Amino acid sequence: MSKLIQVEHLKQYFPVAGGKLFENRVVKAVDDVSFYIEKGETLGLVGESGCGKTTTGRTLLRLYEPTSGRIVYDGKPIFDSGDVPLTDENGEPKKDAAGRAVCGPKTAVNMMPYRRRMQIVFQDPYASLDPRMTVGDIIGEAIDIHKLCKSKQERHDRIIEMLRRVGLNSEHANRYPHEFSGGQRQRVGIARALAVDPEFIVCDEPISALDVSIQAQVVNMFEELQEQMGLTYLFIAHDLSVVKHISNRIGVMYLGKLVELADSSELTFHSVHPYTRSLISAIPVADPRLSRTRQRIVLEGDVPSPVNPPSGCRFRTRCPYATERCAQEEPAFREVSPGHYAACHNLEQVK
Amino acid sequence: MGNLLDIKDERLSFFTPAGEVKALGGVSFSMKEGDVLGIVGESGSGKSVTSYSVMGLTAHPGRLIGGSIEFNGHRIDQMSEKEMRRIRGNEVSIIFQDPMTSLNPVYTIGNQICEVIRLHTKKSKAEARARATELLTLVGINEPEKRLKQYPHELSGGMRQRVMIAIALACEPKLLIADEPTTALDVTIQAQILELMIELREKLGMSIIMITHDLGIVSSMCEKIAVMYAGKIVEYGTVDEIFYETSHEYTKGLLRSIPKLTSETHEKLVPIEGTPVDMLNPPKGCPFAPRCGACMKICLREMPPYTDLSDTHYSACWLIQKREFEKAAGGEKQ
Repeated sequence: MSKLIQVEHLKQYFPVAGGKLFENRVVKAVDDVSFYIEKGETLGLVGESGCGKTTTGRTLLRLYEPTSGRIVYDGKPIFDSGDVPLTDENGEPKKDAAGRAVCGPKTAVNMMPYRRRMQIVFQDPYASLDPRMTVGDIIGEAIDIHKLCKSKQERHDRIIEMLRRVGLNSEHANRYPHEFSGGQRQRVGIARALAVDPEFIVCDEPISALDVSIQAQVVNMFEELQEQMGLTYLFIAHDLSVVKHISNRIGVMYLGKLVELADSSELTFHSVHPYTRSLISAIPVADPRLSRTRQRIVLEGDVPSPVNPPSGCRFRTRCPYATERCAQEEPAFREVSPGHYAACHNLEQVK
Repeated sequence: MGNLLDIKDERLSFFTPAGEVKALGGVSFSMKEGDVLGIVGESGSGKSVTSYSVMGLTAHPGRLIGGSIEFNGHRIDQMSEKEMRRIRGNEVSIIFQDPMTSLNPVYTIGNQICEVIRLHTKKSKAEARARATELLTLVGINEPEKRLKQYPHELSGGMRQRVMIAIALACEPKLLIADEPTTALDVTIQAQILELMIELREKLGMSIIMITHDLGIVSSMCEKIAVMYAGKIVEYGTVDEIFYETSHEYTKGLLRSIPKLTSETHEKLVPIEGTPVDMLNPPKGCPFAPRCGACMKICLREMPPYTDLSDTHYSACWLIQKREFEKAAGGEKQ
C-alpha cells in the first residue's frame, strides 16, 4: 500500500491577545506532529477537547495555514515551510555532500485542484449548513465551483445520486436544512463532501452531536461508503469506542502532541503510554458485570493551558509515573514494537 | 420503609402554538431512600422533563395535566410556589448538564454557595462561609478559601461542575437529580466527577436520579434503570435485568447499536432504523412500533400494557404479552 498523506513535523500556532507589551504569545495547538495515512485506510485521532485533534485535521487540508512542517499528498508536497529535513525511503535523513541535512524547497501550492480530492465533514450539522440554501444547492455548490457538470440536468442528476448514496431521497433536494433532523443533516453534510468524488475525507467529530440510536446509522454509512468508493478517512472523535470500531490505526493526542499511535486493537488492548491507559480506563463500559470488576485509573487535575504547556513531557503534571527526567527532557516519539509508536521516558515502569 | 418518591401516571404536555406536545404520557415509578436510579433515553424522550417536574421546574408552556408526584410525604404537584421553594434546593437538588451556563457569571463562587445556605438555614454570614469552605473541600477542590472569591470563568469545566455539586449538596438533600452531569466534560474529567458522586453517595446516603443517554455511565453507577422512549417508560429493572435479560425491543436496539471497546473482533453495528418520534404527531399504539423490527399489527393500534417479569423488572411490549399468552395456551394443552 502506498501513503496517501504524509505529515512531517507539522506545527500550528495561533497568536493570543494579552501578555506584556511586545511579547508575542502563542497557543501551540499542534506542535510537531508527524504521521501518515495509507490509501484506503482509516486513521482515528482521539484526545480530550483542546488537544489539537480538530486543528490537525483542518491544517492538513490547509484550512489553516500551517506555521511550519511539511504536508505531502499523493507524493506531491502541498505545503512545505522549507525548514524540515527530507528523509529517504528508509526514514534516514537525507544529507548533502557536506553532510548537512537537506530541506525541501518552500512550497505552498494552489489548493483548488486538491479541494476536489480532499474533503471534510464537520462536527455540528446544525451550524455547518447554510440555513438559506436548499439542500440541493448546498450539495450543488461544490459541483459548480469545480465545474463538474455541463448541463443543469446533469447537475440535478448528480445531486440526486449523492442524496441517494447517503440514504436520503430526491424530494429532499428542494428542502431547507431546518426541515431535517440532526442525523439527516449530517447525511447532507456527508453528501456535500462526496459530491466532488474525493479520495480523502477528514471526519471531524461527525457523530458526537447525534443521538445514540442515530450514531450507529451514520457510522455504518461511513463504512459502506468507504467500501464502495475506496475512501481514505481521518476520523477525529473523542469517543474512543467509536474510533476503535471504525479505524485501522489510532493516534492519541494530548496538548498538541501525538503521544501514542498504533493499530486500533493493539492500542485498545496493549497500550503503553500512561495517558492512553487512563483514557481507556476512564471510558464507562456498558456492561455492569465488567464495570464492577474493572479497576479505574482516575487522573488528577485538569489539562494544563496550551499557552503555557509544562516543560519536558506535557503529560507529566497528571502522570502517575512522572520523574525528574520528564520535567527536563521531552520524550521522543519512538517505535516500541513494529508499527506501534509512543512518546514516554518510563515505558518500562508503566504496568 | 416508605417510598421517598412516588410518581403515578404523570402526564405532562407543552401547549405550543403548533399544538399539544405530550411530553410525558403516563409515567410511573417509585424510589426508596438511598436508591440510585438511572433514566436513559434519547433527546426528547422526556427524561429531563420527568425530573424537572419533581423539582417543580416545568417551564412554560408546559403543564401537568394528570397523575401525582409524591415526595417524602408531600404532594409536589399540588404545592404552591411558596411551599415549593422550601423544598427545592433543600430536600431535592439538581445538577444541570452544562456547568458553563448554569453558574451566574457575575457572582463569586462563594456568593452562590452561601446564597443557598442562607436561604434554607438560619446560619449567619460567617457560618455560611465556613460551610461553603467545608463543601468545597468535600467535592475535592483544593484551596477552598481562594476559590470562594473567584468567579466562574476562572475555573475549568470540571471545577465548575464540582461547584455545582457543592451547591446542590449544600443543604444535604434527600434526593439529588443529576441531569447529564458529565455530557459537557471530557472523559478523564467525567471519570473524576462520577467517582466523586459515588463517593459522596456513600458518605451522605442520599438518593440519586441519574439522567443520561450513556449506557456506560448507568451500568457503572446505578442500581435500577428506567428506559424512556417518547414520553413513556418502556422498560424498568435492575441494572443486570436491563443489560442481561433485556426484554424491550428498543432497549435491545440501543445495546446493539453502541460499539464495544472490549470486543476483539470487528462486529458490524446494528443501528435502530428510522428517526425518533415526532412528538407533535405521535403514532397511535406503541411509539416505538414504526422503528421496531418485530412490529405486529396490534402494535400500531394499541399501546401495550406493562408486563411484570420479576419483582423489579417490567416492560411494555406486545411481544412479551404474546409470549406469555402462548406459554399459558401451551400449558393448557398439556
